[in-house]
Amino acid sequence: MSSATTPPDSDPTQRRRAHSMLKLYYGLNEEGKSTEQAESLDPCDINGPHFDPEVYLNKLRKECSLGELMDHESCMVKQIRSLDSDMQTLVYENYNKFISATDTIRKMKNDFKKMEDEMDCLSANMAAITEFSARISGTLQDQHAQITKLSGVHTLLRKLQFLFELPARLNKCLELQAYSQAVSAHRRARCVLQQYSHMPSFRGIQDDCHVIMEQLAQQLRQKFRDGGSSAKDLSECVELLLQLDEPAEELCDKFLSHGQSRLEADLQGLEAELKDSAVTDTVGSLVQKTSPGSNPVSPSSSASNPFLSPTAGTDILEFIDRGCNEFVSNLCLVIASYQELFINRPQEGELASKNIPEMANGKLHAFVDTLAARYFSLVERRIQEEKGVGDNSLLVRALDRFHRRLQAISKLLPGSAVPSQGTEIVVRAARERIKQYLSALQTFYHDSLTDVRQALAAPRISVGGTSVSGGGATSKDATPSLPELLTSLSNFILNQLKSVLASVHLFTAKDITFSNKPYFKGEFCSQGVREGLVVSFIKFICQSSRQYCESAGDRGGSTPPALLLLLSRLCLDYETSTISYILTLTDEQFLVQHHTPVTPVTALCAEAREAAQKLLNHYVKVQGLIISQMLRKSVETRDWVNTIEPRNVRAVMKRVVEDTTSIDVQVGLLYEEGVRKAHSSDSSKRTFSVYSSSRQQIRYAPSYTPSAPMDTNLLSNIHKLFSERIDIFSPVEFNKVSVLTGIIKISLKTFLECVRLRTFGRYGLQQIQVDCHYLQMYLWRFVSDENLVHFLLDEIVGSAAHRCLDPSPMEQSVIEVICERG
Amino acid sequence: MEDDAPVIYGLEFQARALTAQTAETDAIRFLVGTQSLKFDNQIHIIDFDDENNMINKNVLLHDAGEIWHISGSPADKAVLTTCYNKTSESRVLTCAAVWRMPPEWESGSHESPDDSSNNPQTLELLCHLDNTAHGSMACVLWEPMGDGKRVISLAENHVLLWDLQESSTKATISSSATLEGKGQLKFTAGKWSPHHNSTQLATANDTAIRGWDLRSMSQIYCIENAHGQLVRDLDFNPNKQYYLASCGDDCKVKFWDVRHINEPVKCLEEHSHWVWSVRYNHSHDQLLLTGSSDSRVILSNMVSISSEPFGHLVDDDDLSDNEENQQEDKGKEPLQDSIIATYEEHEDSVYAVEWSAADPWLFASLSYDGRLDKLTFQASAG
Repeated sequence: MSSATTPPDSDPTQRRRAHSMLKLYYGLNEEGKSTEQAESLDPCDINGPHFDPEVYLNKLRKECSLGELMDHESCMVKQIRSLDSDMQTLVYENYNKFISATDTIRKMKNDFKKMEDEMDCLSANMAAITEFSARISGTLQDQHAQITKLSGVHTLLRKLQFLFELPARLNKCLELQAYSQAVSAHRRARCVLQQYSHMPSFRGIQDDCHVIMEQLAQQLRQKFRDGGSSAKDLSECVELLLQLDEPAEELCDKFLSHGQSRLEADLQGLEAELKDSAVTDTVGSLVQKTSPGSNPVSPSSSASNPFLSPTAGTDILEFIDRGCNEFVSNLCLVIASYQELFINRPQEGELASKNIPEMANGKLHAFVDTLAARYFSLVERRIQEEKGVGDNSLLVRALDRFHRRLQAISKLLPGSAVPSQGTEIVVRAARERIKQYLSALQTFYHDSLTDVRQALAAPRISVGGTSVSGGGATSKDATPSLPELLTSLSNFILNQLKSVLASVHLFTAKDITFSNKPYFKGEFCSQGVREGLVVSFIKFICQSSRQYCESAGDRGGSTPPALLLLLSRLCLDYETSTISYILTLTDEQFLVQHHTPVTPVTALCAEAREAAQKLLNHYVKVQGLIISQMLRKSVETRDWVNTIEPRNVRAVMKRVVEDTTSIDVQVGLLYEEGVRKAHSSDSSKRTFSVYSSSRQQIRYAPSYTPSAPMDTNLLSNIHKLFSERIDIFSPVEFNKVSVLTGIIKISLKTFLECVRLRTFGRYGLQQIQVDCHYLQMYLWRFVSDENLVHFLLDEIVGSAAHRCLDPSPMEQSVIEVICERG
Repeated sequence: MEDDAPVIYGLEFQARALTAQTAETDAIRFLVGTQSLKFDNQIHIIDFDDENNMINKNVLLHDAGEIWHISGSPADKAVLTTCYNKTSESRVLTCAAVWRMPPEWESGSHESPDDSSNNPQTLELLCHLDNTAHGSMACVLWEPMGDGKRVISLAENHVLLWDLQESSTKATISSSATLEGKGQLKFTAGKWSPHHNSTQLATANDTAIRGWDLRSMSQIYCIENAHGQLVRDLDFNPNKQYYLASCGDDCKVKFWDVRHINEPVKCLEEHSHWVWSVRYNHSHDQLLLTGSSDSRVILSNMVSISSEPFGHLVDDDDLSDNEENQQEDKGKEPLQDSIIATYEEHEDSVYAVEWSAADPWLFASLSYDGRLDKLTFQASAG
């Protein structure tokens, strides 16, 4: 109403103000906003309801200057005027509206009078109509009842007709194979027929229907059994049969057995493939076995190499693919449709009470379990056939696919044990794989050792040839490959190990579904890869190295000494760096979390060191033995009593020195120099001989006088009492000097023992003197403590002197001349 | 016990030959033969007085040459054989002879021990084992537990069985066998088996050990490559007839069952140089003594292959018999094979070790020192 009062042409702000003021005036301020109310509490607000003119005036007077007051006053007057004019306008407008309203009301009064008359007329008419209508309905009453009755009869007749026609209809449906119509028709009639079965006619119909339906069911079952039809048809069949009150259990069984037959076909296909590949495998190996005669080169490279996967038959990925695509997807299909049919279908009526889903679920589980078990056994057989370790990615991908597809089953069948069994298979395969890799690594190690052996054997022949004819200068050409062999062997092994690790690492790659299983996160890494593969391999290296010391026989003939040296260095390298490197690498790659106790690096290092020590000791023993044998033969085969006066150093001594030199070179290639005891400043050759001659003079001087046999012995025994015991076959240190010392000790001790078993003539003793002096000249430089050589050689000469029938030693100067001459 | 420390006896000369006086069962007595090319060689008869822990010695002259092997008759304690070097016309030949000790040596030595070394009595030669046809003798073996009438000598590659007649004054070869074939065929050592009615012999040549049947003088087994290098010595287990111990230049001691000769039953590798001598204890076959040129003597307890596998090492009888020398270990010893003791007193190679014939708890070891011959009596507590 208030809006109606505002002039439509006034500008919005003005209108608003007027509007609010009017509202105020009419006490409509309850619509007003709280802010306006808060404002209006101010007594100085000229628009507020609590406006106090006195206060306002006082305020103005206090606050404003005269000019401002004047302005304010004029402004106030202006506002008042505008308000007055607004008011006036409103009054006029309202007045006009009142006038027009009065007019309208007057007009309406006149119109209503006319309408009242018309209404009266209408009501009279209506009464007349009512009367007529009553009369008509009275006359039509009888006929209506009859029609109703007739229509009821008609419906009944139609129903009856349906019933009577039912058998024929069903037959027709049967003919047309419109099973679903037939079933729905029968279902509609079934209750009625049941109800009125006491009446013979109905009974007839019912029997007929029964027969037909029986037939129909038969056909459905047949169709169901035939299995040629699509899944949709099948499910329709099942639905219909269920509606026909077929026992659900039987249906489940049938459905499953039907599914089974198909899946079994798949399985048989897989099995056939498995057999095929097995046959081709054996054929392949037969071919390989027979081929060496015709082609001697290729089979040795392909047949013995475990890193080449067998090419015969389909590869495992294809196999698994086939298994997945045929068997697993079919299985999923069967499961899905089965579930749809028997488990997830909406329960209705009597079917609900039979608790079908539970029964059906149980059956399904049993079904899936048996089939999966067969599938798994096939897959496992196939995996076991996967012996070649060349391309692991294929296997991993196959396993991944296998595992991934089984997840579908787990989604379909939440409680099933199948996926976990699948995981177990994967785990087993992984374990098996690790074992295979280990054995492959071992074979590889053996093969590379054989290679090294051959590489060593080739130059060794030339060593033998050259050193006999030419001497030590050319033998250098034969051995420089030793460090190269070592590095290449070491690199070969390391690379192979790395590539195996990389292959195994595929099992734990992120995009592989099974890699996040607890086994692959924990045990696989720690127990499997670290312990089962890396640690075992290192242990194997150590162990096989040790075997070289034991099985090689004491004559040292089967294992070339250089190989022993090489292996010893290899083991030592392993101890110092390689083992920790490999293990760190493994730990990094596999993020091994040590849940279970693992072999510590130190234990492995200790083992490697032990092996290295053993090998080096054995090397010393073997080399010492070779030289010993030369010395022994030379002492044993000579007639020392009747020998001629020495003119030369015996050739065998030169040979000993030569061999020692070449051993020195050989060891020097792989081992550091090592520490010697400080040489006396005069240990150069010249002064050395003087020194030794003076010593020998002292030692032999008394033995000329036969009356004092004790003195020499006394001297040497006192010497022995105060010198350290010399362990002949004692462990050596990892350096060249220690190795050479060991070899020389063994050789000289043999020399000593052999000399003690012989009897010497005068020139025999002198020959020994010459020989020993020659050895002294050349051997001291190889050993850590030259006194050791002195001591042993003194012992030899001393023993020879004792065993001499006519001990008259040679002049030291003559000895020196002979030795220097050659 | 005070006699834990070894009792040491020194000789003036170098020596390799040592034997227990086999027929002597009352006194603890060893015979040592010396080696000297320049002086008259001697046989030292060394008695150990276990009550006073003292050594009594007697010296007999053996002027035939330096002694390489010595062994006492099992029947007559005065009779012994030696193998000695004879040098004639710049030829060195090892001969063998049977000797009798002069009957007075015992009394004489007791009365004037000082004189005995100054004026040693000479051995009485009974007969030579004539070897001119066969070469150097390696050793002479008496028939174990026999009547002192039969000996075997090993000469080069021949096995000679001698009958000693007329109180051992005449020796005739009753049968012989010759080893033929390739390689080093010289016998280095031999042992007459005490089992099988003394019809078996074991010999060593190069790296092989051979068994012989003395009735047919034919080889019955051969362990090729028994040791990696030369076989130095062998000994039969006194209680287990098929068991044999051998030692050699590969520093090893091996135990063999001669019925299964492909693999040794056991192998010890304790010495750091050639092992020259191996001896079973006569009473307790788990106790094994080895001497080596690393100057060590090692006493091992080989329980696992002994005839007394359950640790009944110390019989009560033995204990009462030998209480003074016993340092018995009351706690039952562990069943593992172990080293009981390593004797490092020697300063030179030990070429011979021998158990006493009279006292199962005593042994002697002889080193080449030249001057020092140590008789190391040691109570061996199992």
